Amino acid sequence: MNNSWIVLPILFQLVSAVVLLLTWGNIKIQKIVSILLSAIGLGIGIWLFLLIYNHGIQVTQSGNWPAPFGITFVADTFGSTMVLLASIAGFSVSIFAAGSMSRARLRFGFFPLLHFLIMGLQGAFLTGDIFNLYVWFEVIIISSFVLITIGGKKAQLEGAIKYVALNLLASIFFLIGIAFLYGLTGSLNMADLATKVQEIDNKGLINVTASLFLVAFGIKSAVFPLYFWLPASYHTPPAAVGAIFGGLLTKVGVYAMVRTFTLIFAGDVFLSLILSVMAALTILSGALGAMYHRHLGKIFGYLIICHIGFMMAGVGMMTELAIVGTVFYLVHDIIVKTNLFMVSGLILKINGTQDIKELGGMYKSKPLLSLLMAIPLFSLVGIPPLSGFWAKLFFIKGGLESKEYFLIAFIILGSFLTLWVIAKVWSEVFWKDAVNLPKKSKGIFFHELSSTGKWVLVLPVIFLSIISLYIGFGAEHIVSLSQRIASELMNPASYIETVLSQKTIEP
Amino acid sequence: MELLLIFIIGLLHAAGIYMLLRRSMFKMIIGLILLGNGVNLLIFLLGRLVKGKPPVIDEASKVFTEIYADPVPQALILTAIVIGFGLQSFAIILIKRVYKVLETDDLDDLNSTDEEI
Repeated sequence: MNNSWIVLPILFQLVSAVVLLLTWGNIKIQKIVSILLSAIGLGIGIWLFLLIYNHGIQVTQSGNWPAPFGITFVADTFGSTMVLLASIAGFSVSIFAAGSMSRARLRFGFFPLLHFLIMGLQGAFLTGDIFNLYVWFEVIIISSFVLITIGGKKAQLEGAIKYVALNLLASIFFLIGIAFLYGLTGSLNMADLATKVQEIDNKGLINVTASLFLVAFGIKSAVFPLYFWLPASYHTPPAAVGAIFGGLLTKVGVYAMVRTFTLIFAGDVFLSLILSVMAALTILSGALGAMYHRHLGKIFGYLIICHIGFMMAGVGMMTELAIVGTVFYLVHDIIVKTNLFMVSGLILKINGTQDIKELGGMYKSKPLLSLLMAIPLFSLVGIPPLSGFWAKLFFIKGGLESKEYFLIAFIILGSFLTLWVIAKVWSEVFWKDAVNLPKKSKGIFFHELSSTGKWVLVLPVIFLSIISLYIGFGAEHIVSLSQRIASELMNPASYIETVLSQKTIEP
Repeated sequence: MELLLIFIIGLLHAAGIYMLLRRSMFKMIIGLILLGNGVNLLIFLLGRLVKGKPPVIDEASKVFTEIYADPVPQALILTAIVIGFGLQSFAIILIKRVYKVLETDDLDDLNSTDEEI
């Protein structure tokens, strides 16, 4: 189907960002406008998702150039689901930021940058052109560079140097990969590449190109030997920025990995072996790092790495059942990780510290909020019937089917260590008696806020927790969605045909 | 011409990686810039070099009958240069800011966020 409206999510975020730029410096108006526009953006995300779900893959050729020559935008079920998830995360983060960010940071243009970041994400999810994907990645990282340094604290700058340097390096690797791919095939359209790469006899060159993409996306998504920038930087910015980073930025790397390795480099045995080994080590190192640390932001940062390993494991197994697990986990993880970073921000607002040794007695002082925070924490572990459980079921089923017992062992170990870490966080922060230490944080504390101020902080957490509960209890819907995505990814014929057979509109 | 370009690309990559491995922030940025330029030349080379054949179709014919220079790699390089320029200028401002706040150019002194538990 030819439908030019599928670029609407990207354009809408661009317009929102520009509208917000026009109100530069006026924080009160920016807060309201950003929340309203994000709500409309969420509506557009739902509309696109329903359109694709009911009518199948939609394609548009920018500038009306026929398929392999111009830039193609494709909205398939995977892409539109990711667009919807990014809109959900963007909506809740814009509410949370309105309540939690300091005035100085908001005045330096947090909201326009948030919308530019979401625009980059929507573009990356909707594009069907490998070079255009690179351009969207750059849009994402330039916005994230400013977001991570906004406020300019010492720790933020230290983290930002590592973040900026490694992301620039990842872009360079990505560009080398594109150069090789173009030299080999003379095409940039992903659907066209999928057919042309299969026809090349020199498998060595294909493997080298695939490895370059693996390194590029590996740095972006923080897998085992390439993740060191993440724990050094993700806990430094304020919680609202951490939430959007932790929820979406590493996941866009996973998305790109799933997309390229199922579409362009499909059926590569060499690659799937490397992916499996990297996945196992990512799970192990992420879990061990989370066990060692005491700062909540760092613990959650290492847990991101650990769970990226799960998704990599699904890509490494490369069977339809494992891809179902990866997609389900991606859906669950974006919601839960965004929520977790907001929870850690809320804990900082209430107690003035994020060190779990200095925290305590939250269950006694704030019983209802603690129960609310328990939902994302235990969804993350995957205690049945909460959302993390179902995805792991598919990983294990998929692993048993393809006889990857080694990977299954690591997935079970990773889940067990996650449980250990979350149990530790729960008992230290919520169950332990309160520790009376002098408060370090300066800003405004939770109990000093007006009741609207409190609700602005708690509402996004409630919103995402409800979605998490829905993913857990309504798992049949998400499973059938993931199965549909996985079958589209593993049988890309319909994707390729829809893109390439698309006639341009007659003038 | 190809051989010359191959050597230049190799040299730029080698120099870029050498600079990246230094401990100074400033040299790290120089390394990233050199690598970026190396990659731009790589795209140019892998898009095949054709001399003096512009991608313009002859008035009499409807399609290309002879070899022509591919315009796509040049468009890619142009985009990559512009994006790289933006990112590099941000990175340079960032290291200036870091130098002002932390008063050091040594990357090994930037590990306080790693060392705290």
